[in-house]
Amino acid sequence: MENFTPYTATAGGVLIGISVTLLLLFNGRIGGISGIMNGVFFSAHKDPVWRLIFLTGLVLGVVLFQWLVPGFNVTRQAYPLPLLLMGGFLIGVGTRMGSGCTSGHGICGIATRSLRSVLATLTFMATGMVTVYIIRHSMGLAA
Amino acid sequence: MKQNFMVLLCGVIFGIGLSLSQMINPNKVLDFLDISGNWDPSLLFVMIGALAVTLVSFKWVLKRPVPLLAERFHVSNNASVDKPLLLGAAIFGIGWGMSGYCPGPAVGSLGLLSMEALFMVASIYTGFFAYNWLLARK
Repeated sequence: MENFTPYTATAGGVLIGISVTLLLLFNGRIGGISGIMNGVFFSAHKDPVWRLIFLTGLVLGVVLFQWLVPGFNVTRQAYPLPLLLMGGFLIGVGTRMGSGCTSGHGICGIATRSLRSVLATLTFMATGMVTVYIIRHSMGLAA
Repeated sequence: MKQNFMVLLCGVIFGIGLSLSQMINPNKVLDFLDISGNWDPSLLFVMIGALAVTLVSFKWVLKRPVPLLAERFHVSNNASVDKPLLLGAAIFGIGWGMSGYCPGPAVGSLGLLSMEALFMVASIYTGFFAYNWLLARK
């Protein structure tokens, strides 16, 4: 567990918690990123503007942090492209079918004491762990 | 105007949180999901940090009749645990485990000028499109 970073992980989590709290308090919106992404192009209420602004802010936050603390996060190189493309496609389908992702179910949904979100979070963590086990240890890919 | 400023600020804070916690590092996420390998529990601590805030704050915020800058709360009141929820979450988890990205980090990594982020965002939208137009027939 030499890669374990408990302090920065917890502090980063607190910031994410503050972000979704302010979004709910001021704008009445749930900070679920898959729903926000989807709504940019597929919103029933034709309201893509705030979603685009939020996602732009998200990217700007990463840029700002990278500028202040260069080299803290580096991009991954040479990961198998088919795993990315297939993975992304399944994320798109799965988060629509299941109405949320790590932030929507895992952080916001659980905070509303939603049983749906608790079960969704346990489910995607379980299938994620099985998938990584197969890819890394059974197939020996992308270790 | 005030609404859009708050939304931008929330996005920026979210992005800083993802950066500080290194959740935009897909290998770190895969190391969390790899419980039989060299396990890195950091993602669990991100969840704990976030939930320590939201479990208290959401209850407090939702006591208000309306948000500060909007006409109503857009919160789901769907309580049914059904097949699409669990099947969808299972499919999402497989994609998460294949790539090491979930939607937030996929978007955030665009700020690292990461080629992977471009592939992820494009393929996630392809999945949205496939579901919205083919599977859900909405």
